[in-house]
Amino acid sequence: MNPAIRVAGVTKRFRSLQALAGVDLEVAQGEFFGLLGPNGAGKTTLISCLAGLARPDSGTLEVMGRDVVRDYRAARMALGVVPQELVFDPFFSVREMLRIQSGYFGIRNNDDWIDEILHNLDLTGKAGANMRMLSGGMKRRALVAQALVHRPPVIVLDEPTAGVDVELRHGLWQFIRKLNQDGHTIVLTTHYLEEAESLCGRIAMLKAGRVVALDTTANLLQRFATHTLKLRLAAPVSLPPPFSARILSQEGAELLLGFDHYDDVGHLLAGLRAAGGEITDMALGKPDMEQVFVGIMNQN
Amino acid sequence: MEGFKTLLYKECLRFWKVGFQTVLSPVLTAVLYLLIFGHVLEGHVQPYPGVSYTAFLVPGLVMMTVLQNAFANSSSSLIQSKITGNIVFVLLPPISYREFYAAYVIASVLRGVACGVGVLLVSLPFAALSLAEPGWVMAFTLIGGAFLGSLGVIAGIWADKFDQLAAFQNFLIMPLTMLSGVFYSIHSLPAFWQGVSHFNPFFFMIDGFRYGFFGVSDVSPWVSIGVVSVCFVVLAVITLQMLARGYKLRA
Repeated sequence: MNPAIRVAGVTKRFRSLQALAGVDLEVAQGEFFGLLGPNGAGKTTLISCLAGLARPDSGTLEVMGRDVVRDYRAARMALGVVPQELVFDPFFSVREMLRIQSGYFGIRNNDDWIDEILHNLDLTGKAGANMRMLSGGMKRRALVAQALVHRPPVIVLDEPTAGVDVELRHGLWQFIRKLNQDGHTIVLTTHYLEEAESLCGRIAMLKAGRVVALDTTANLLQRFATHTLKLRLAAPVSLPPPFSARILSQEGAELLLGFDHYDDVGHLLAGLRAAGGEITDMALGKPDMEQVFVGIMNQN
Repeated sequence: MEGFKTLLYKECLRFWKVGFQTVLSPVLTAVLYLLIFGHVLEGHVQPYPGVSYTAFLVPGLVMMTVLQNAFANSSSSLIQSKITGNIVFVLLPPISYREFYAAYVIASVLRGVACGVGVLLVSLPFAALSLAEPGWVMAFTLIGGAFLGSLGVIAGIWADKFDQLAAFQNFLIMPLTMLSGVFYSIHSLPAFWQGVSHFNPFFFMIDGFRYGFFGVSDVSPWVSIGVVSVCFVVLAVITLQMLARGYKLRA
């Protein structure tokens, strides 16, 4: 079975900026895949190359086994892209826009599917409204609807929840999860790392146009993140070894310690008391993607 | 093919939805030209024997409206889509660059024809028009509209802001149309300017189109159709090359 996405040796330069510096990755069919990285890491350029909006200088990209340059029609039929920018055509209503988008993909009489998408995205009541009249969150959902009109097996969402309120975000993820359960491959870029952690089975991290980490979410958390113990002390103390090796950060009387097992907490607190530390506040934290992200970005 | 048809339909729907601006306004402008120039010059100027000045003016105004609106359609649609960012909706689907080109150019011709027919209909009460050779009228409308539609695609893709497009329109399209013999026969010009007019492809479009109405023209319609066709083919090749390379559309 072909992978949903195959990227091999892709480079792309914009004048002096090396946007992609040799990217290789594969996304299997049915995966929920995260593409993370700081601004300017190359995420959107990679998506643009995949969607035919940009042309790579070298390397190949395939969607469902179809080369995006040589066999662009089949590749684009297999791909639905939700762009990062909140763009829309002000001349048309939501339904007109979805009918037109269906036609671009060679589909006529698509109203049954359009109605289903509108229902799932809670846009049925706005089908006849001009795109200009929609709120930001509705426009974002209309963009998702547009990407789905041709029932693509692979869906790429480029920061789909930027500027979307919490309730809408939950609704959107519920729908995207359902699409994934129905067999669609989902590729997500987001700056909300907790979203990536809870949704994505595998994650690639990009920095300066290179893949600097690629693994399952669980493995990344295990390898690069620890449980944390956040303490506020009455006064700053100096922890002796071996406890000092557990310090992740220290700012005055605020101390962040890392540990692997809950059994370690007793030893850490005992060591702190022995060093004369008096605890005024304490919080436990689980390993999270933010630690992984910061750790990997600092390493590279 | 469905993608092409939908893009063509969308481009037509786009201008039709704002018909006051895209069809009725140019018709009104042309009729104002007709009323003012016709009133001032009727009886003073007779470009062709047996043809009144107002009758002479009507085909020129019709063709000028066709050309200007064909250019306006593709250029304004593309620059709006680029600036608002919704051009991605046309670039993401499996539409080839040839289909893209054909849809924008045909929609431009259709808008040009809609405006031209409007000017013609409104002008009929003001001038007795004959239709000596309707085939020439059709041929120059289609090729002239396609030429300007192509030029509009180039301008719309090249321009990064409305200001640049306005410069293209005001410093190139407008002078070339106004100085193409819409309001006069080039035989009324000094020899030097008659020569210069022969470097203006718009002159051949207007002159050939007018031949279709009166059966007389400043140059042979065969020469005009040859010049206009060669110009269109050259422009079409340039435009298709730009689209094939993804110039300013695909990074």
